[in-house]
This record gives sequence, structure tokens and C-alpha cells, in this order.
Amino acid sequence: MSVKTPSKLEKILAAGHQAVTSECGPPRGSDPEVIREKARLIRDHVDVVNITDNQTSVTRMCSLASCFHLKQMGVEPVLQMVTRDRNRIALQGDILGAASMDIHNILCLSGDHQSFGDCATGQNVHDLDSMQLIQTVRLMRDEGKFLGGGDISRPPEMFVGAAANPFAQPHKIRVPRLAKKIAAGVEFIQTQCIYNLDRFEEWLAEARDRGLTEKVYILAGVTPLKSVGMAKYMKNRVPGMDVPDEVVARMAGVPKEKQAEEGVTICVETIQRLKEVPGVAGFHVMAIEWEEKVPEIVERAGLYPRPAMP
Amino acid sequence: MIVGKQKPIEETWAMVKDFSRVLVFGCNTCVAVCHEGGNKEAQILASLMRMKATQEGLSLEIRDSGIERQCEHEFFESAEKDIEWADAVLSLACGVGVQFMVKRYPEILVYPGLDTCFLGDVEKNGLFTESCQACGKCVLAETAGICPVSRCAKRVLNGPCGGSNKGACEINKDLPCAWQLIVDRLEALGRLADYERLAPIKDWSTERAGGPRKLIHEEFMK
Repeated sequence: MSVKTPSKLEKILAAGHQAVTSECGPPRGSDPEVIREKARLIRDHVDVVNITDNQTSVTRMCSLASCFHLKQMGVEPVLQMVTRDRNRIALQGDILGAASMDIHNILCLSGDHQSFGDCATGQNVHDLDSMQLIQTVRLMRDEGKFLGGGDISRPPEMFVGAAANPFAQPHKIRVPRLAKKIAAGVEFIQTQCIYNLDRFEEWLAEARDRGLTEKVYILAGVTPLKSVGMAKYMKNRVPGMDVPDEVVARMAGVPKEKQAEEGVTICVETIQRLKEVPGVAGFHVMAIEWEEKVPEIVERAGLYPRPAMP
Repeated sequence: MIVGKQKPIEETWAMVKDFSRVLVFGCNTCVAVCHEGGNKEAQILASLMRMKATQEGLSLEIRDSGIERQCEHEFFESAEKDIEWADAVLSLACGVGVQFMVKRYPEILVYPGLDTCFLGDVEKNGLFTESCQACGKCVLAETAGICPVSRCAKRVLNGPCGGSNKGACEINKDLPCAWQLIVDRLEALGRLADYERLAPIKDWSTERAGGPRKLIHEEFMK
């Protein structure tokens, strides 16, 4: 796959390295130091950092401004953008705003329903869906056009990503859905957190058989478990999450004070196994409010040092 | 049909209690089917309000009446006298009926007795389910006859979203995921390959976003 944007993530992937990405959630306030501090913890161990967009529908500092703070400190951001809160005017406007700051990566999502967050009585927009947002960014970038047909002066140069969940039911459409996102124009995928490795490998094999791993870079999502309680919560409460009983049992099998360490070890072992699987282009390490563990995970998984890119 | 739900009586009572002649006025089509706003419900609500009036020592007079549909001129004749008698009407029609009365009787105060909820079907006795949002550009041909605009909480046209969980919507485990239903039906029809067709960006100008809508048949307007 040839490089189409100035994205560091794209360059690393195109050079054949397994990429490492991570993410930071912005604060419930306006202090930029919160986001900078999270970024400082991980900046040397990851290639780019996603900034979530009002995740779980809880109002926070916006992704765009948070990305700008990363950019200013020399960390390359991935702008997450959900279709829940903005119509096509605002989406395109924010894409241009991001482009004006030379933000070169975007992750197109629909976003959790607002009923989960702090504005449950609010409206949702969903003027576009996530696939249509992918198409929109590609149109703006590749054709230099707005959805309305007008020309864009200095079009955005963004490497376009999306999410995929190999675990959600119905399984039979998981690879067709990936194919659909590729047809929409997606260039990289960050997956849902992987705990059921067999299922993930089955999904990836099916994608490989259809030639999809030649068309898109798939970054395997991993999240270290902090405790057996978190494992159970993820298993039972988070939609679309597949945490096998063995993983819960393994966490439960160590004393409470050792569980965090065990969770990190499971995460490292997951990466080590998946590194060898054809079609895994890299890893998305989501250490939720536990960013300080990212360096250890990346080092123990043998993904450090990170490649230097111009 | 249009599905509505009676407002709490405290709310409607506060609207009408200071008048002297109140008509509780049923609409005996859609909102009668869902047992909320028909002539029978108007009768019951009027009785409850008379009891409230007695309890509170108020001297207002409360009558009930109703017609087949409050959204068409031709049905009003039989109730004309009741309406003219009243100084306030509590309409148990949907929002369309309430506003139609406001237009037809500009001198009379008309209050809404229902919250108009959705366009839906009678899935079974006592269960009414939303199935259309009148978006003005039907997509059912592309979605196996199941509407994602009205039945998906995010109205995604290329679903399911990441929140679909074992056939249920992320917002409520008792709510079927519309996209699960679409996929299942495509499979049952042997058309699962159609799933991979990308739905184009929708023109929402035919929906609420385009402003209030009209349908005109000039041949019937004379």
C-alpha cells in the first residue's frame, strides 16, 4: 500500500513495521496539563495517540483541542470523531479545523448512545453514520471536495481509520462489515479489545481469505485488566466484549494485590501471540486510565524501541 | 397509526381547572386503538376530573364528547354544539388533532391531553411499537423491509453499530437491534450478499430537517 498522507502512522505501517498506538481520554475540565501528562507517560513507547471524542457520551474537553495540545508537544494525534454529536456541516468543518493544525489521522466512529452519559436527555444527530464519515473524509482528501460539491482549498491530508469488533454478534457479518468499511475507504482499523484470541484469529483468517488484510492495516486492540472485577465487568456489562471464562478464572486465581500484574502479563502474552499472526499490522494499546502501564507492556511485548520516522 | 399516551392527570388538571366549562374531547381512531385518547377514555378522564373538582370544591362543569377523527373537518358536525359550549377543550387527539382544532376554532382554548409518541403498529394486544419516522424517503427496499431510521437508536444506515449485543440494542436489552433483524431477514431470504451494499449518505431534507412538510393534490382542492 503506497503512502498517501504525511501521517507518521501510515509511514510506519507502509514501511512494514508493526505499529503501536494508544489512546488518552480528555479531562472533564479545561486543564490542558491533564492531557499533556498522559501523553508524556506514553510518548516514547507509541507511534501515535488517539484522543477519544466524548467517550461513553460523557462531556469532556473536545478531541480536536486535545489533539492540538499533543501536536504542540510533538506527539502525533489520531483525532477520534463520532457522528453522534455533529451534522455534516460540523463534521466537515472540524475536519478542516484539524487539517489546519496538520492533524493527519482520523478515526471515524458512530459513538456510544447518549443515554450512557451525562446528557441522557440530549438529542443525537447521526446525520451520517461511521461508514459515511469515512467516505466523507476520503472525498475531502482525495477529490478536494465538500459533500455539497464545492472545492476545498488546501484539502485535509488524513490517514483514515475506523473501528472493528470481531466479537459482536452476529459473527457472520463481521468480515462483510470490514469489507464494507474498506469499500467506504478506510485505511486502518483498530479493533475492540481482544481477550478471546481464538475468535480474533478466526475473524482475521476469514478477512485474509478474502484478501482484506492486503487492503487495510489491522491494529489489534488490547486492554490490560486491572482486576478480576474489571474482567467480570467487561465480560458482563460492556456490549460487544468477549472475555472468556478462562481469562476471568486466571485473574481470579491470583491474590488481589497481584491481579494488576497478572492483567499486564495477559496483555503482553496476547501481543506476543498475535505478533506472529499474518495480517496483524500492529497494536492499539488501550490502558484505560492506566497509561503508566503502556511503556512496560510495549517493552515486555518486544515492541520497543519504536521506529524513528522522518 | 399514531400512538399517544395520556399526560398525567395532575398536568392536564392544572391546564383546565380554572375554567368554568371544560370539554374532554376524544379522538376515536388512532389513539383509541392504543387505549389512550378515544371517546371511551375521554369519558373516563372526564369522570375523574369531576371527582377532582368535587374534592377541591371547584364549581367547573366538565363534559365529555368525541368524534372519529379530529384531523378532518367532516367529522366535527356532530360535536359542534359541545365544542361551542366549552370555554376550554382538553383534546385527547394526537398533536395533529389538537392543532387542527386550534385552527378550526380560533376562539376556543384547546389543550393537549396526550403526549404524542410515535408512528407504530399493534405488535400484539397491548403492545405498540414504533416503526416509521416519516423521513419522507423510504429506505425499506434497501433494508429487507425493516426500518433503521425508526428502529435503530442511532438511525445508522450501515449498521449494526458497535453497541449491538446478542441481538439487542445497547440502550436496552429488551429492544431488538434493527440491524440484527435486517441481517437475519437477509439471510432467511438468501440475500445476505446485499448486506455489503453501502447505503449512501441520506437526504434528510424530506424529513423534519427540511421544515414542515405538505402534500398537495390540486385536483381535490376545488
